[in-house]
This record gives sequence, structure tokens and C-alpha cells, in this order.
Amino acid sequence: MRNILAIIERELRAYFNSPIAYVVLTIFVFLSGLFFRSILGQVMQMALISQMQAQQLGPRPMDMPGMISRGFLSTMSVIMLFIMPMLTMGLFSEEKKRGTIELLLTSPLTDLQVVLGKFLAAATFFIILLVSTWIPMAALYLYSSPASGPILTAYLGLLLYGLAIVAIGLFISTLTENQIIAAVISFGAIMVLWLVDVVATNAESPTSKGLLTYLSILSHLDDFMKGVLSTSHIIFYISLMLVGLFLTYRSIDSLRWRG
Amino acid sequence: MITVQNVTKRYATKMAVEGVSFQVEKGEILGFLGPNGAGKTTTMRIITGYMPASDGTVRVDGFDVFENPIDVRRRIGYLPENPPLYVEMTVTGYLRFVAKIKGVPKERLDSEVADVMERTSITDVKDRVIAKLSKGYKQRVGIAQALLNDPPVLILDEPTIGLDPKQIHEVRQLIKDLAGKHTVVLSTHILPEVEQTCHRVIIIDRGKIVAVDTPQNLRLQLQGAERISIEVQGPVSEILSKLRAMPGVVDVRKIADIDGRHRLEVEGELRKDIRSDLARMIVQNGWGLYELQSSTMSLEDIFLKLTTAEESEKQNA
Repeated sequence: MRNILAIIERELRAYFNSPIAYVVLTIFVFLSGLFFRSILGQVMQMALISQMQAQQLGPRPMDMPGMISRGFLSTMSVIMLFIMPMLTMGLFSEEKKRGTIELLLTSPLTDLQVVLGKFLAAATFFIILLVSTWIPMAALYLYSSPASGPILTAYLGLLLYGLAIVAIGLFISTLTENQIIAAVISFGAIMVLWLVDVVATNAESPTSKGLLTYLSILSHLDDFMKGVLSTSHIIFYISLMLVGLFLTYRSIDSLRWRG
Repeated sequence: MITVQNVTKRYATKMAVEGVSFQVEKGEILGFLGPNGAGKTTTMRIITGYMPASDGTVRVDGFDVFENPIDVRRRIGYLPENPPLYVEMTVTGYLRFVAKIKGVPKERLDSEVADVMERTSITDVKDRVIAKLSKGYKQRVGIAQALLNDPPVLILDEPTIGLDPKQIHEVRQLIKDLAGKHTVVLSTHILPEVEQTCHRVIIIDRGKIVAVDTPQNLRLQLQGAERISIEVQGPVSEILSKLRAMPGVVDVRKIADIDGRHRLEVEGELRKDIRSDLARMIVQNGWGLYELQSSTMSLEDIFLKLTTAEESEKQNA
């Protein structure tokens, strides 16, 4: 455990000793504020329209805070797709490039400790990003009283989703010595997992359609956003994360054999 | 302390190391000598458990590298060819991290880090960022890292590369001081380094061991015989026959004639100094002696002879 902590600590220091942590955090907080404001504007407009319609058709209930939080957190999930590769790109690729991987792999650490240390470090940074979205959410709580249930499940969904993406990015960073290549491949892989949804709508057979929809990384978030907790979605993200971690572990092992 | 048995490492396209076996005793400094790409780094990486061998076994302090990798790694301090430095960290920060992953107990962390910095004389740069250090300092930070947690075995891949002559001298002195307490395996392609620091040398070429011995023995063994070149004036046939009849002389050859003087090469018996006898014989016969020089082979010659002998063997085959 102490070994894993040492790796997490070093990795977090590396994030915050380089500009990357600040750049990522700044852009993320800026974008989340921007999107929160634009979603807020859209929902207000919808409320205005529905108010006008209400005069003719009678009053209709509208959950404004719920719409805002749902819209905002869904948007955040898309922004994370773009930002996460930057957190994971250097995890192993930089170690390979600078030869420090040789230090890690000849220290009295198991490969699993190395993999978990790296994973948890990136996961910690991801959680910092996630926590930063509480700033606009706090404003929502300040001026309205949204239902907390769906917000909690949405955050749980985002957490699982983020951990799965971190694990995939971690694996991809073991494949190359070049961080940029790692980032681009991670980005591509995540895009594919996102866009299989679109392919699914055009799929011919119902089986392939079902399979492709199942693989889509964002479709599993919908229920979390609506406040529905379903085991199948939880299992999907956890499996994706475990596959990522397993592949990372195997990749390190094969790195040893290939030298 | 280290037993390497029949170790082979195959890559997809080539054989990096083939059937290498040797032993290193406790407290010994063993030098690995060979041209670049001979398999030195691969052998060292196998001993440290960085990569598994395709065949054969390695035991360190009784532990098998493949079966008990963590026990082995706990006993080894390793300096890879490129010092494994996180350049954005400070020297102290880096060494503290390495100490932690090497399992130095919390209460000894500070004293251990201070100690290795003292031994490698890098205390004066302890708060500097590694990226900003000179090559010599970086190399010494790499050595300091290997010394952490006082491992009984040190594997140093090209420890003096990139250092200036003064630093090279310091590092060699440091390595010599480590002997006795630590078992050291170091690799180099610089010959004087081996002669100055190592108790025993392994010469490796194209993945195979071509010689193992002390630097002194290696020189004697390969030299075969003492070779002396002389320049004399006098009747050449008489000189040749009289010298050949001398005790201790194996052979005399004429190399060249220069202005009525003759340059000869005298081969003496192994480990027998015939230079004064030779001079007396020449002077007693009234010949003129212009030059007398013994030509010992340097380890460099031996090294070249060994590695090129292999080459010509291959061509013959």
C-alpha cells in the first residue's frame, strides 16, 4: 500500500509541477462555467415559451433545476471525453521515453502496484475535475431547490464513466513512447466508443444494433442522469475499467519480454 | 552472490545473449567488457529482473530472479545505461521517492537520502531540479539512487559515461570503496576502467563470453610470451643463431634492416624476463645495441585480439 501511495504522490506532483494540471483545470472550469450559463439560458427560454403556452393550454409543470443539472452534467461528460486523454497520455509513455520505467520495473514493486498507482493518480486528478463542477452546481442549489437524487446518481455515473476512460487511456499510454500519439489514440478510441451509438441507429440486424448500442460509452450514462440506478450500467463501466486495467497489466508484462 | 547459468535471450529477429554462465563472489567487483551491442546491457537487465531470460537461470543471494523477483530486486541497486531520472523533480524529492518504493522505513528516509547524497557528493545540489543539473551530476544522482537502502548487490551499466576525467576518477574511487561490503557488477567499453577498478573481467562479444579472468591474468594468458624488440648492429646470421641458443628465448625473427642495423623481435618464455641477459649477450659479443624495448600487450590489444579472433573464426567456418 505504501508503494502505491508513493507512486500516486509522485504522479500527482508531476501533474502539478508541470503546466498540464493547471491548463486542464483552467480550461475545464472555464468550459463548465460557459456551458452552465448557456444551458441556463436555454432552459429559461424554454420556461418562457412554456409559460406562454400555459396561458392557452393550461399550466404544465416543469422541473427547471432538474433540466439544468441534467443538461449541464451531460455536457460535462462530453467535455471529459476530450480532456481525459490529456491526463493519461504521459502515464507510461513518458516513463518509457525517459527510461524511468526501468527504475519502476526493477524496484521491489509488483507490476500490479505500479499499474494501480498510476491508475489511482489519474483517477484522483479526474475526481478533482469532477469536484470542480460543484461550483456551478452550488449556484443551482443557491437559487433553486433541485431534487438531489438524480444529481447524486448522475455524479456516480460520471465517476464510473471517468474511471473507465482513465483505464483505457492508461492502457494506451503503455503502447507508445510518445505522449501525443498516446493522446491521439486514446481520443480516437474514446470517440469510437462514443460514436458506435450513431452507427447503431443505421445497423441492419437487431442483434448488431443491440450490441453496438450496448458498447456506446455515453448511452449508459442516460439512466444515471435521469436518476435511475441500474446494475447493468454499473457493470458496464466497471467491466470496461477492469478490461483497461487488465490490458495495462498485460502490456507491462509484454514490455518486459520485449525489452 | 550472483549465479548466472546458461542464460540466453532471444529477440524476434536476433540472439542478444547466448548461453552465458558466470558467478560473482560476495564483495567482488566484476567488469563486463565488450563493444556496444555485445549483450552487456541485456545480461544486466536479466540479472535485475527487468526482463526475463528466454532460457537459463539467474540467482541472486540464493533467490531465483524469475520465481522470487521481489526478493531479488530488494537486494539489487541498479543504475541503467540512461540514469532513470524524473527530471522535473528536485534531487531530494526524487531520492525520497526512490527510497519509498525501495521500502526504506519512514523514520530512516531522511538520513538514508542524506547519506547517499553525501557518498556521491551531490549534497550541494540537493534542492535543485534535476533537469537543470550537468550531465556529471545527473549521473551521480543515478548512482545515488542505486545506493539507496544499501543493497548488497550493485549493477552499474556504464557508470562513468558522460563524466569528465575528474568525475570519472571520483566515481571509480567510489566503486572501489564499495567493494567488500557490496558485490558490484559494472559494464563498460572503456578498457582502463576495468584495469583500474575490477577484480575480475568478463569479455563478452556478440552475446557470448569470450574470456573470464583477472585483468592481470588475462593479459599474461593472452600474451602467450614476452615480446622484446631490439635494434642491433653486427653480423646478422651470427646474431640470430647466438640469440636463438640463449636460454629462455623461444624465437628470434628479423623484422627489418635499417642502415646496416637490424631490427629483431625476440620472443621469450612466459613470465621470464630476459631483457638483461639479452643486453649482456649483445654487448659481450661486441655488437652494437641501439634499442631494447619490451612490448607488453595492453588489455586493449587483448580485447581486440579476442573479438577479432572470433571474427576470423566465423569467416573460416
